[in-house]
Amino acid sequence: MTRLLDVENLTLDFDTDEGRITAVDDVSFSLEAGEIMGLVGESGSGKSVTAKALMKLNASNSIYGENSKITLNLADGPVDIMSLKTAKELQVVRGGAISMIFQEPMASFAPAITIGAQMVEQLLIHTSMSAVKAQEVSIEMLDRVGISDASTRFKQYAFELSGGMRQRAMIAMALSTNPKLLIADEPTTALDVTIQAQVIDLMKDLVKEFGMGIVFITHDLGVIAQTADTVAVMYLGRVVEKGPVRQVIGNPSHPYTQGLIKALPRLDDLDSPLTPIPGDIPSPLERPDGCVFSTRCSSFLGPQCSVSIPTFTPISHDHMVACHIYQEGTSK
Amino acid sequence: MTDTTNTAPTANQQLKEAYFTASQGQLIWQRFKRNKSALAGAWVLIILILSGIFSPFLTPYDATIAGRDKGYLNGAPQVPSFCDDNGCSIRPFVYTYERSRSFKTNFRWVSEEKTELEDRRYLTFFSKGMEYKFLGISFDRHLYGVDKGMIHIFGTDSTGKDIYSRTLTAVNTSMAVGTIGVLIAFFLALAIGGISGYYGGKVDSVLQMLTDTVRTIPNIPLFMALAAFVPDTWSSEERFFFISIVLGLIGWTTLARRIRTHLLSERNQEYVLAAQLCGASPAHVIRRHLLPSFTSYIIVDLVISFPYMILSETALSFIGLGLKDPVNSLGVMLQNVTSADVLLNYQWYFIPVIFFIVLVLAFVFVGDGLRDAADPYADTNK
Amino acid sequence: MKRDTLISATDVSVHYPISGGKLFGPKPVVRAVENVTLSITKGSFFGLVGESGSGKTTLGRAMLKAAPITSGVVNFNDGEVNYSLANLDAKELKDYRTRSQLIFQDPYAALSPRMTVRDIIAEPLEIMKLTSSREETDRRVREIATKCRLNLEHLRRFPHAFSGGQRQRISIARALVSEPKFVVADESVAALDVSIQADVLNLLKEIQQEMGLTFLFISHDLSVVAHICDHVAVMYFGRLVETAPTRELFNNPRHPYTKALLSAIPSLDPDAKNLAQKLEGEIPSPTNPPPGCKFQTRCPHAIDICRRDEPQLETIGEEHDVACHRWEELM
Repeated sequence: MTRLLDVENLTLDFDTDEGRITAVDDVSFSLEAGEIMGLVGESGSGKSVTAKALMKLNASNSIYGENSKITLNLADGPVDIMSLKTAKELQVVRGGAISMIFQEPMASFAPAITIGAQMVEQLLIHTSMSAVKAQEVSIEMLDRVGISDASTRFKQYAFELSGGMRQRAMIAMALSTNPKLLIADEPTTALDVTIQAQVIDLMKDLVKEFGMGIVFITHDLGVIAQTADTVAVMYLGRVVEKGPVRQVIGNPSHPYTQGLIKALPRLDDLDSPLTPIPGDIPSPLERPDGCVFSTRCSSFLGPQCSVSIPTFTPISHDHMVACHIYQEGTSK
Repeated sequence: MTDTTNTAPTANQQLKEAYFTASQGQLIWQRFKRNKSALAGAWVLIILILSGIFSPFLTPYDATIAGRDKGYLNGAPQVPSFCDDNGCSIRPFVYTYERSRSFKTNFRWVSEEKTELEDRRYLTFFSKGMEYKFLGISFDRHLYGVDKGMIHIFGTDSTGKDIYSRTLTAVNTSMAVGTIGVLIAFFLALAIGGISGYYGGKVDSVLQMLTDTVRTIPNIPLFMALAAFVPDTWSSEERFFFISIVLGLIGWTTLARRIRTHLLSERNQEYVLAAQLCGASPAHVIRRHLLPSFTSYIIVDLVISFPYMILSETALSFIGLGLKDPVNSLGVMLQNVTSADVLLNYQWYFIPVIFFIVLVLAFVFVGDGLRDAADPYADTNK
Repeated sequence: MKRDTLISATDVSVHYPISGGKLFGPKPVVRAVENVTLSITKGSFFGLVGESGSGKTTLGRAMLKAAPITSGVVNFNDGEVNYSLANLDAKELKDYRTRSQLIFQDPYAALSPRMTVRDIIAEPLEIMKLTSSREETDRRVREIATKCRLNLEHLRRFPHAFSGGQRQRISIARALVSEPKFVVADESVAALDVSIQADVLNLLKEIQQEMGLTFLFISHDLSVVAHICDHVAVMYFGRLVETAPTRELFNNPRHPYTKALLSAIPSLDPDAKNLAQKLEGEIPSPTNPPPGCKFQTRCPHAIDICRRDEPQLETIGEEHDVACHRWEELM
């Protein structure tokens, strides 16, 4: 397994009317080819902003930190995403080596053009295929994602397809350029749970077949447990815990992760009460100094939590937690 | 720092609380203030409007024939100066002009400036001048004047009327026409657009057909027809109201469409449904939920309609279909500018144009600023 | 009607006509809800579950008389009044509105952005003229705000000052200020973060017990329903396919759709083997459904009779009803 993506110290601020807002703060993670990484967080965690940063898709008032580095390892050498400035330079990655699928499939298909036309357009931009070959490849791709009667669907418009089919069509479109990295931003949130199960299976099959890496963004821990190999839990712009899925979910170490899991209604235990995480997430204008979770943490240790930002401590070989409880030198 | 937690709120907290309890109007005002060009436009607008309202005081002479200077026809602007060859004085002054014609000048009237000391006319302030009525009370003080003769800082036209006085009264007249027109258009648009948008369905279809019909009526032929229809016996005031009303009657269509569109989308909002589920009457829903939601848009639309009204009236009067003397407006003032004589020799006739450009631009900046500031809630849906 | 039923639906259908279709002949309709029969006990927390197109929202609205009842009977009996919702006159409708309310899904769209929180909560009282003075209104607003754990200081603020969870609590306060007997919560926690969701659900449960309310809780999320509801009804394509007390439904689901729904919920255990079926196929067209059972297009157990006869709801256990021809064989 080769290292596909390396994100180091990614920091992203937005310059808004209300002041400078930090959306992503010193986020680092890496992804291997053929691996699905889950990026989990609630609203305000910065997970979508992080994903968009991988293709530099954020708004023009975004300010990247000086040490931010995103490296994509492609066949002909590593690409430093931060150094790509113009739209032309970025076109290499956007849609080519990196593809993205979104939460609302209705929103990413142009309503007045057929699905087929959009897929062909994408191929024509990123590859040197002829239009005829592009159509062939697109229909094949539609079939591959499980859309029956692909050649008819190719000529249909987005509104003629059901939600699940639209999402599959979007996956087909994203994969037709054979990207090395697929970013999936809440792809199943808007789908019915029975369709969600199908789409998750599809994505796992496709990873096996195409060998690409997926960054899977969601707030649903259950989906991550079923889909991802590794997971990073984000809160208010920072990664608080990361590691293999089994370990993070089986042995949640950060108080936030523990809180999230406790708050989930579990079907296997109908008697247990639902325990919310107390308090509310602070507004991005009032990020706490020190640990971002300190204002709501039930395991609050003391002044060090409000003052110093915890660094990563390994719980096991690749399971890391950013919490003062585990940091060496802190008494439990 | 664990201090007593119930001390007076910090300045930061007070600011936040102010933001949380700010009503729509207050939020819009805050955003508007941050827009420098809009704020500048607003100041200019206020100054111009006040100048128009107080024009009898601000101008030395009556803008009609009654105030003309027979001795200074087509005169160039007289700029007060402080010093000349004869020495300086604290009081600014202008020169006396003397008209004469003779064989030498081919019997054309020629004005000559007399620069002797005794020909100086000193500027006086708060001087007595011609009487005028303001709010029913007679005054005779004007902002400035000269101790003998007359002063024309923007020059005069072919009959000797002071262009400066005429400019300010023109601003006033155009604003008045605009206001009446906009008000009429507004109420019509509110009624038609409102009913259309709130009820939808067949009512909406019928009213939209009506709106489209009115919208497609070509304006110039309509006005020409109306101008022919207006009897000559009407006084200039009656004519003035007539033009204003007509402008309003054909200007409501765009606003009606906007109100309708806005209502059609707003009435499906969930908070409207919530009120209806309590048995709220349509009147309550309109008053409490729908009207406040588009007040900001309406204000923007009204402000932006003003320049259109003013420019329409100008165009009409310019081609002779609108207002006529003695009612004064920009269009009336421009009626005589098309002759070569004026274009070559009497360029000061165009000074009022600058005023109107500034007025229209001020409206546009304010309108744009309002539009940008309006609907402060647009970005609070996540 | 057994045991203190507050509201019951018998053979209720809600059909919406759509434009288009042939010039002559029957106009096409969307059968949003078709022949649903259920009854809700007073004081219970009744869950209505289904995916998109199931008709659950429409049924909920019909039971509030906010959607037209095309056929069937909805009966409301709270001990003081006895209404048949399909035939209410204007006065009875007004009265019914004081006894039933709706909590919306979207906390951002459900609150008028230009009214203060106090005014939003007070609005039902003012519209329905339930109080005689401003002091009384204020008192009741403060009471319900405290019950919903809203800070009284915040009553002066506008909705834009609040987070999703707080707004939802304002929404709940507004629905409850008129002290209704019957409350429909339409996907009221779907738009909330998981950690806030738990908080709001606990609040609903608390208030229900304190005020003796009856809830109809509409949701697509079975795990949420499992924790908070006493009784659950599952809808598919406008029809009721199974209804049972919560524990019974989750331990012994009988309808293939219920089984599929339960197994589709992603488990937190990455190694949990997916025992039950994955559904293939598409849901039928809403205007031209096939005859027989509407689940046949996706059911792995469909046989001839399923394609011919529409299964009727039959009681198979203690308050447990199923609409499936083959429920016994598939046990």
